[in-house]
Amino acid sequence: MLSKSTHDIAASFSRRGVLAATAGLMLGLASLTGAKAADDTIKVGVLHSLSGTMAISETTLKDTILFLIDEQNKKGGVLGKKLEAVVVDPASNWPLFAEKARELITKDKVSVVFGCWTSVSRKSVLPVFKELNNILFYPVQYEGEESERNVFYTGAAPNQQAIPAVDYLMKDEKVKRWVLAGTDYVYPRTTNKILEAYLKSKGVAQEDIMINYTPFGHSDWQTIVADIKKFGSAGKKTAVVSTINGDANVPFYKELGNQGIKAKDIPVVAFSVGEEELAGIDTKPLLGHLAAWNYFQSIKSPENEKFIKAWQAYTKNPKRVTNDPMEAHVIGFDMWVKAVEKVKSTDPDKVIDALPGIEAKNLTGGTSKMLPNHHITKPVFIGEIKANGQFDVVWKTPGLVAGDAWSKELDGSKDLVGDWVGKKCGNFNTKTNKCLGSGS
Amino acid sequence: MPTNLSARLCTFVLSLFLIAFALPAFAGPFEDAVAKFANDDYSDTEEAIGVVASSGNKLAFPIISALQDGRLMADPDSKKVYVTGADGKSIDAATGEPVASVPDSASAVRLNNRLRRSVDAAIGSLTLQSPEIGTRLQAAQSVFKSHEETALEAVDGALAKETNKSVKAALGDARAAILLFKSDATEVEKLEAVATLKTRGDQEALALLTGMGDQPASVTKAAASAIGSIQSSLAVWSGVQNAWYGLSLGSVLLLAAIGLAITFGVMGVINMAHGEMVMLGAYTTFVVQEVIRTRYPALFDYSLLIAVPLAFLVAGAIGVLIERSIIRFLYGRPLETLLATWGLSLVLQQAVRTMFGPTNREVGNPSWMSGAFELGQITITYNRLWILVFTLAVFAILLAMLRYTALGLEMRAVTQNRRMAASMGIATSRVDALTFGLGSGIAGIAGVALSQIDNVSPNLGQSYIIDSFMVVVFGGVGNLWGTLVGAFTLGIANKFLEPVAGAVLGKIAILVLIILFIQKRPRGLFALKGRAVEA
Repeated sequence: MLSKSTHDIAASFSRRGVLAATAGLMLGLASLTGAKAADDTIKVGVLHSLSGTMAISETTLKDTILFLIDEQNKKGGVLGKKLEAVVVDPASNWPLFAEKARELITKDKVSVVFGCWTSVSRKSVLPVFKELNNILFYPVQYEGEESERNVFYTGAAPNQQAIPAVDYLMKDEKVKRWVLAGTDYVYPRTTNKILEAYLKSKGVAQEDIMINYTPFGHSDWQTIVADIKKFGSAGKKTAVVSTINGDANVPFYKELGNQGIKAKDIPVVAFSVGEEELAGIDTKPLLGHLAAWNYFQSIKSPENEKFIKAWQAYTKNPKRVTNDPMEAHVIGFDMWVKAVEKVKSTDPDKVIDALPGIEAKNLTGGTSKMLPNHHITKPVFIGEIKANGQFDVVWKTPGLVAGDAWSKELDGSKDLVGDWVGKKCGNFNTKTNKCLGSGS
Repeated sequence: MPTNLSARLCTFVLSLFLIAFALPAFAGPFEDAVAKFANDDYSDTEEAIGVVASSGNKLAFPIISALQDGRLMADPDSKKVYVTGADGKSIDAATGEPVASVPDSASAVRLNNRLRRSVDAAIGSLTLQSPEIGTRLQAAQSVFKSHEETALEAVDGALAKETNKSVKAALGDARAAILLFKSDATEVEKLEAVATLKTRGDQEALALLTGMGDQPASVTKAAASAIGSIQSSLAVWSGVQNAWYGLSLGSVLLLAAIGLAITFGVMGVINMAHGEMVMLGAYTTFVVQEVIRTRYPALFDYSLLIAVPLAFLVAGAIGVLIERSIIRFLYGRPLETLLATWGLSLVLQQAVRTMFGPTNREVGNPSWMSGAFELGQITITYNRLWILVFTLAVFAILLAMLRYTALGLEMRAVTQNRRMAASMGIATSRVDALTFGLGSGIAGIAGVALSQIDNVSPNLGQSYIIDSFMVVVFGGVGNLWGTLVGAFTLGIANKFLEPVAGAVLGKIAILVLIILFIQKRPRGLFALKGRAVEA
């Protein structure tokens, strides 16, 4: 029992403590958003989580945009004005993404926003961008089934990552039996639905497909890895297609290694594991496992070498890795700058109309183009994990692949196309010749 | 240099052979095949592996094993291929002649998974008669895996000479696997093969039997009965496996919850920052490993042993600090404690994020915690086994401490009846601080173990806090044995539900069961009785 007076002291102390802590946090956030802006700059919003679960992936993307803005300003900015970054922290909290987006557009008056990682955060900010008519560049591979006027998708659609990866395994590794393992949320579920339909269309029987979902941050993989081992011992070549996201990958691969499943027995091809994720893993047991992306740091091209050098100089870290979503931001940023310079304005309506058809060099030696469905053309690479945490490209598509907003494999979407140039519609049904509108 | 000598001898013999029988063509199929390694084309490499492995050339083994280890260098310009040895000396792969240096333009021949399988199969058939038992066993196993007809002769040869029992059994299995898939094997041979695989009785045998394709009717029938018997024995093993996984998950839950069983269970402080103490322990491990890696790499295998006391001290000291500066003002006010410690957990997370960065930190597994061993038909991984042992040890030490030491006695006295303990001359506030420090320190120790199976990131603690509370409440607040039984019950129940319901539904089902259970027994499995309950 404490006396009453101690209670009071304690109460005021803790209140003060909490206040001080909150003030400290606010101060920290405020310092991130940068100094007061001058009027003769063009403001660029950066909407990536800098705290919470997604900070691990998104912090790098914030740094990428800051780096790109810095480079652009060295070249004299855009339309004679300097670019200025406005960074906010939505803290891996999906509703907060919408709030912060609104703040960026109405309060900070940004001309464009680069941001979001998870699909749920993108879905959460969509209404804001539509209502306030602004532009979002979304740099991450995602499940497709979407084409919005205000969003430009610079990451891969399923036909630019998942389908080519499955094709590779089918042709080159002669895989006959498939484990589709994913984290339980919209991206893996939709991607697996598309893959399942695709595999069945290629004559794979239902009994040769095993689908498995796990919660976010799953850490006890013993049962699932044992199941995969069992599923893989049916006398047919088996592979795992992994849409496991984020942190859960590390214990998953560790368990695979510990239970002795080698890539040459049951290869795992991952859609969410890149250079950044491998930085936290001992890669020896992962040797030979695969990842499908549109960019790898190890790809040799003059553009890539120049970019890596400049990036490592900017971050003052000679070991800092690059990854696929970063390249998507590089392409998206370049496209936005070109569109703004083309129409000589940052007015979102004009820029949105100007963007389709704009071309920008990607870092792997090709030229990507913004399509009328607001997706871009990209090459697809399959890389094998090497001991140094980098990827060795073992296969690539012959040319660039155009991103499909709507999957051709799913019954619900195979007739739909997104076309913001001719039809001014994100979900035009080519069978009925009607635009479904914003209802879907 | 015996290898060089034998290589030279071999080249000499080979060239004699070439001169005698294939006079005009200097480059034989072996040399052509070797040159193909320089094409940097996976199909060419695969073809080359096949030709080299079956060439009978003495250079075949050095070439293929160099290929496996990434020591086979190919120069795309001159199409010359070199084998570099571990000692830095190199030879020309086609002739076996030593070369002074490998040109800079040469790079290691690349492999993909398909080629790695061919390399394994080739090495297997080349090393079946190696003098080392381990190598022979491995060779027999890789032949079993690839079961290519071409290896049959080598297996039969090795089988005739083999004296070691386990290698002999592995060779027998390999022979059976080959015969089962050999189209012109007799029915008797195939029936024997099925019987051999039936005795082997594991998943790989099952894989071969289910995937063997068209066979004579008697073989199909025998195989079906073998499959049936293997499957039923595997079903029993899968029950054992689930129980083991349950124990292992239970030990992780117990480890995470054991510190909370002190701070929450014994002291009654709703400590939302408990997970962060676990995280601090994990980061201590990371720092210890970093120092060891840079300064004393030889000590790496002991890094965890060094990290355990340090993690206890770091987390324990921070625990005492938190108790002295925040929690002692909030005793008896659970809501404020909850909010304050929750805020504290955010502050600690952000502090670690600022200091170490938001990305995961790599904590390596010492060699004694990597890999697995087979027990019957289940795979037991060393890291999980050690964590189970470690958890039980921590639990036993903690229990002994509470029971047999003066501090333990004081702790129990204070938590059971604070005022009476104070009247007996116990400095209750000092005991409070030490108890909280002990709980936090144990959370820190848990962090050392959890760093081996989970990500070391600022969010590490968050994923354990809910589970920890669940275990403590389920087991009965204030009762360490309850925490133990609760953790293992939940772990085993979870692992038996998971194969049936899936990981997501399994977890939901467990939560629902706990809610129902708490409705029935609000004080958990082992309710405390007597005066302590009212305090």
